[in-house]
Amino acid sequence: MAAGFKTVEPLEYYRRFLKENCRPDGRELGEFRTTTVNIGSISTADGSALVKLGNTTVICGVKAEFAAPPTDAPDKGYVVPNVDLPPLCSSRFRSGPPGEEAQVASQFIADVIENSQIIQKEDLCISPGKLAWVLYCDLICLDYDGNILDACTFALLAALKNVQLPEVTINGETALAEVNLKKKSYLNIRTHPVATSFAVFDDTLLIVDPTGEEEHLATGTLTIVMDEEGKLCCLHKPGGSGLTGAKLQDCMSRAVTRHKEVKKLMDEVIKSIKPK
Amino acid sequence: MEEERHTEAKIGAETGRGSSPRGPGCSLRHFACEQNLLSRPDGSASFLQGVAEKNRERLIRNTCEAVVLGTLHPRTSITVVLQVVSDAGSLLACCLNAACMALVDAGVPMRALFCGVTCALDSDGTLVLDPTSKREKEARAVLTFALDNVERKLLMSSTKGLFSDAELQQCLAAAQAASQHVFRFYRESLQRRYSKS
Repeated sequence: MAAGFKTVEPLEYYRRFLKENCRPDGRELGEFRTTTVNIGSISTADGSALVKLGNTTVICGVKAEFAAPPTDAPDKGYVVPNVDLPPLCSSRFRSGPPGEEAQVASQFIADVIENSQIIQKEDLCISPGKLAWVLYCDLICLDYDGNILDACTFALLAALKNVQLPEVTINGETALAEVNLKKKSYLNIRTHPVATSFAVFDDTLLIVDPTGEEEHLATGTLTIVMDEEGKLCCLHKPGGSGLTGAKLQDCMSRAVTRHKEVKKLMDEVIKSIKPK
Repeated sequence: MEEERHTEAKIGAETGRGSSPRGPGCSLRHFACEQNLLSRPDGSASFLQGVAEKNRERLIRNTCEAVVLGTLHPRTSITVVLQVVSDAGSLLACCLNAACMALVDAGVPMRALFCGVTCALDSDGTLVLDPTSKREKEARAVLTFALDNVERKLLMSSTKGLFSDAELQQCLAAAQAASQHVFRFYRESLQRRYSKS
């Protein structure tokens, strides 16, 4: 009976729950789904992380390669993110060139990396003007159940914390790079940006961490990326219903709490990894 | 004229950049870039340009979709074409204003009007509304907002750079005050237009 009502009138079905201040999966309006993170699972990558936000699963692999630094910034390396939403994660995606949602997510992650200065690009330079590291960060969604941006940001952060780069010296005589695989060091992660996404319902209600169905029924979305000092790297609101300044303040405070939760989880995971 | 265009393309190919040697007019610069693509495809440059435009298009589209009463016109496609004549900073805000005025001119039913406002934050925290391109490049953070005229609610926001929560509230308040001027301008120009006919 309930399943029938849900198919015919999904929005009404949903409003019945929202009136009681809860959601169909039993969560409160400000509650996140269970977050789990697994670091270092891909041995062929220089750094990797798997993040599960309820059913949404994103895996990030970081590969480091050599490249010539850009001519206008000879002491900087590159960080190149790419988000892939393959057909296996959801029936709405088809195989072929990246669709709009994947491009939007890739651009979002690139903006977060650029704005938050998570890695100083100068740290990636080996020899100014000649050689620098380029970090290819590939984020692949394995299961799409809403809130892809939060999962991607967390996976990227965890994977970058896991990356170990070998020591590279330039041989003075041959001018070739010599890689010492036995001596590896972690990247210097300067800030920890954490994303918190909200969905707007009927122009008034704000719910945190929307699932796939909730995103579909929502009239607008908002994503806030905050670092540990409370500074905002990104306030991403791509259209949708309007928000007042007061509602925005509520979102900010929720984002601050979420940042603490995520930081605690990540510190626990990193501590539990046995050194190689 | 054909030879002139061809020469410009050659210069572009040698330098590897699409910058025009003459004049600040953006239309000329854009033209040179296109030629450059054909003669020496610089894959990365063209891709980056494409993604920036696509992102801007998506933001404008989503803002329009939120205000246009689409249910009154089922099975209809509303296409908004924006052509940049000259870019002197605050491009996204200008595009949003142009899109809103065009929708009003077309007579598309909307639940509210919207306007775009850009704020730039300097490294010492000074707020500048409607910055020039130079100011935008030097700024620590650039925030673009789209506000509606009914309750000055925030419809769209696109930010670049790092800023604090207090600075965000400050920029939002300044943008809401500035939007009053933009909406007054909309009203005056529409009154002028309809009083003539």
